[in-house]
Amino acid sequence: MRLFTFQRAANVDEAVASGAGAAFLAGGTNLVDLMKIEVLNPERVLDVSRLDLAKIELREGALQIGALASNTAVAEHAEVMRAAPGLSQALLSGASPQLRNAATVGGNLLQRTRCAYYRDLGTRCNKREPNSGCDAMEGWTRMHAVLGVSDKCIAAHPSDMCVALYALEAMVRVRGPAGERDIPIGELHLLPGDHPEREFSLRPAELITGVRVPIDALAARSRYVKVRDRQSYAFALASCAAAVQVEGGAIRAARFALGGVGTKPWRVPEAERSMQGRPPTRETFARAAEIALRGAVPRRDNAFKVELAKRTAVRALMLSAGAPS
Amino acid sequence: MSDEIGKPYPRRDGRAKVTGEAVYSYEWPVPGILYGVLVTSNLAKGRITAVDSAAAEREPGVIAVLTPFNAMKLPGGAKPADTGDRVVQVLQDDQILYSNQPVAVAIADTFERALHAAAQVRVSAQALPFTVRMADELHAAFPHDIRTSAGSQPADQLRGDVEAALRRAEHKVEADYETPPETHNPLEPHATLAVWSGDRLTLYDATQGIFGVRKKLAKAFALPPGNVRVITKYVGGGFGCKGSAWSHVVIAALAAKQLGRPVKIALTRPQMFGIVGGRPQTQQKISAAADKDGRLIALRHETVSTTSRFDDFIEPAALVSRHQYQCENIETKHRLVRLDIGTPTYMRAPGESSGSFALESAIDELAHELGIDPIDFRLKNYAETDPIEGKPFSSKSLRRCYELGAERFGWQKRTRRPELVLRAGKLVGTGMATAAYPANYTKASAIARMNPDGTVLVQSGAVDIGGGTYTVMAQVAAETLGVPYEKVKFDLGDTEMPEAPRSGGSITAASVASAVEAACRALRQKLDAMGERPRKPVEALGEVAPSEERKKYALHSFGAQFAEVEVDPDLGMVRVTRLVGAFAAGRILNASLARSQFMGGMVWGIGMALHEHSVYDEKLGRIMTRDLADYHVPSHKDVVIVDPIFIPVEKDDVVDPAGVKGIGEIGITGAAAAIGNAVFNATGKRVRALPITPDKLL
Repeated sequence: MRLFTFQRAANVDEAVASGAGAAFLAGGTNLVDLMKIEVLNPERVLDVSRLDLAKIELREGALQIGALASNTAVAEHAEVMRAAPGLSQALLSGASPQLRNAATVGGNLLQRTRCAYYRDLGTRCNKREPNSGCDAMEGWTRMHAVLGVSDKCIAAHPSDMCVALYALEAMVRVRGPAGERDIPIGELHLLPGDHPEREFSLRPAELITGVRVPIDALAARSRYVKVRDRQSYAFALASCAAAVQVEGGAIRAARFALGGVGTKPWRVPEAERSMQGRPPTRETFARAAEIALRGAVPRRDNAFKVELAKRTAVRALMLSAGAPS
Repeated sequence: MSDEIGKPYPRRDGRAKVTGEAVYSYEWPVPGILYGVLVTSNLAKGRITAVDSAAAEREPGVIAVLTPFNAMKLPGGAKPADTGDRVVQVLQDDQILYSNQPVAVAIADTFERALHAAAQVRVSAQALPFTVRMADELHAAFPHDIRTSAGSQPADQLRGDVEAALRRAEHKVEADYETPPETHNPLEPHATLAVWSGDRLTLYDATQGIFGVRKKLAKAFALPPGNVRVITKYVGGGFGCKGSAWSHVVIAALAAKQLGRPVKIALTRPQMFGIVGGRPQTQQKISAAADKDGRLIALRHETVSTTSRFDDFIEPAALVSRHQYQCENIETKHRLVRLDIGTPTYMRAPGESSGSFALESAIDELAHELGIDPIDFRLKNYAETDPIEGKPFSSKSLRRCYELGAERFGWQKRTRRPELVLRAGKLVGTGMATAAYPANYTKASAIARMNPDGTVLVQSGAVDIGGGTYTVMAQVAAETLGVPYEKVKFDLGDTEMPEAPRSGGSITAASVASAVEAACRALRQKLDAMGERPRKPVEALGEVAPSEERKKYALHSFGAQFAEVEVDPDLGMVRVTRLVGAFAAGRILNASLARSQFMGGMVWGIGMALHEHSVYDEKLGRIMTRDLADYHVPSHKDVVIVDPIFIPVEKDDVVDPAGVKGIGEIGITGAAAAIGNAVFNATGKRVRALPITPDKLL
């Protein structure tokens, strides 16, 4: 770890005022980990963990979740479990209880990839060091993305929570020097393109203060399915957050987001529209999944993810629709 | 006082370990200590042309960066002290032989500063062509004799005419099996603290064998062994990787000598992958045939395993086929291929765990082909004597293990045809396998002392790698001397004590218990001769060694593993919902600790079956699963019911004086096969390459 300056912000205004060029520290489960292996090397760390941003409440038809609410607090919150069960399931499928106790919603929104090359200073990585090359591309790609990839980066987005929030069409509230704004979660994460080092649409000194999850009949039907190499404490090979609303035997509305397969949480509007008005059957869901995976770019070790992601999506959609599998 | 042996006493080191009182090797309070962190190579092969340590040396607190260009030359050289001792890379030359090889060491006044300094060191090297792919070197595979705790054995063995038997066989299985490279990851990484006083060296080392470390260090520094003292009071897991003195041990002593201050080095987690061994990859081919009555008439087991360019380690995976089943025609072959990797080493049941996966899967395949219950098939081919050498078994309770395990597991309720049982949307399957491991025993010594206050101190230079040596040896001493267990203290882990073997090959309990018994018997005789309570401490030494009689027998522990799995039919995820193991391993010294040992082995069997894989990037020649998030071992949720049972006393007067067969390794043998067989029973899919990950079942 390199030497850095440590400061603690007394309030949000102060954090924003002195946030430029600093790394905000909340739970530290990701930032400190990456600082220890010298992948992230901020000169200044600004501790925001004691700000009053941990509240979780159901207000104005939405779950208002403070950025410093812990993953555990959100996952075990009664309103979350009732109104957006898919979000609770996604959080509980990630990391370990110890990590979930420390990790925060704000931090989780900005969780860095688990690409093994990104974390290994002995290899080349465009995300870590722009234009240095990517050793993952022709290397061990089992855990890498098949959607949203570029010829600069194939690192998979790691967060389970973000996948669920995307399916729930959450809005991310940020405060910056220019004031407050809301970012649709689908626009928070950037595709790698030619600049995999640019990961988020946040502007300098912008601090995430909370997340707003609209609560409706669809959110209440949300479910999360995660396939991984062991039962706990493993990143997704493929995951899916799905929400399906059925009326009179036909799908009224449906959304699903994929995890483990994209460079960011992945949704395909056309796939979702394809289900509208159709019966909630395996065929309907399989067709939607097929559309969602169009354009997938499989590599040697992750080719199986294309089929696995489809099956995972079908499972999540079936569960959400309450259809017999 | 009597019947202390076998009692389920809690482990004596347990409290110290869970409260943090236990002082591990890295933690010995030594004044003036310096912290070393290794710099390791990014290249898999090459020659170091320069090491730029200027930036590192400018950092606060950095004392030195030692490289091949400025490190002292070892007076005794870096060559191994004896066969079985590993070749190490200790800054003596400019060669890079594998990725992650130590190429320098940064020394600073704190661990954090040394870690950061190590990251600042830039190594320039001329890259050379390499390969870490077994397929690239199969053409150059060569036979190599097998060296285990039981001694040396030939690479190849043939009894009868396998080819002819295969030709006339009515039922046959010919299949290829693969086990991946795996890496040990004890919670305590390798760590060494080196303190010089003149020409005397004291090492606090996380090792499974203090005398081997002493020998190697004495040789490297051209010292009489008596000048090197090795102390190891607690080990946070060994599993084979701590069975050798690896590069960092020598480098710590070198740095301490050169800098004139104590130096300690602990490996970081990513440094565990390559420098300190691992289970080598194996490719195994089994050809097995049976006649129409289900009698095994041919068994051929060919295995290839990987080793480094510069050292020989062989995973003797086909050994298991030499002893497991009665068969007139048995052929076994061992081959090695050299790759540009760090030298592999012993990992829990080296050979028996990987080999039993292949053999016990093939036996299951043959039973399925014959339509015979897998236990019945094994009973039809039960070896009453060693199938190749014809020797009687010193004891063998495998039949009883099948019975006990089957009953405990509920094997009779099994559905033989695959893909028939669904539970909550999951396919359910069951499978079983035979477990076996050699009953190793070697020379050992111990000293027992009776104090005037009635307390007893017994010492032996063994180590306790978690198996419970501190506890069980006190039990053996108490029973042999006829004194209360509480009055006996057993101490270990110091080369000043009587010599004991390296704790590997499940050898410690058998060997050290026999030595402790001998010491205590000698002490008892002395005390009885004195007739009165001693006013001064009275001591007696016990030394034991294998008898000639032992050579007339085949000596093994046996067991039977039973697994139940649930498989998601669409998503391929496997969960082992139940694992039952029934074992017979001589006299059990402590029922509670034995249960833990068996259980630990079985849990590792789950990991071997479903999770563990050191994945190489073939283009970089580098292991990329370099931490415990990428290198998977079972999580709690993967371990549902693990249920070991055992025969408390399997009488065996031959195996060793204490009648003990070690149990450190048998728990993993057969476990992966039982799980794979259960996956087949659940899904109809036979996965012959471990680990069984979801993609293989889609």
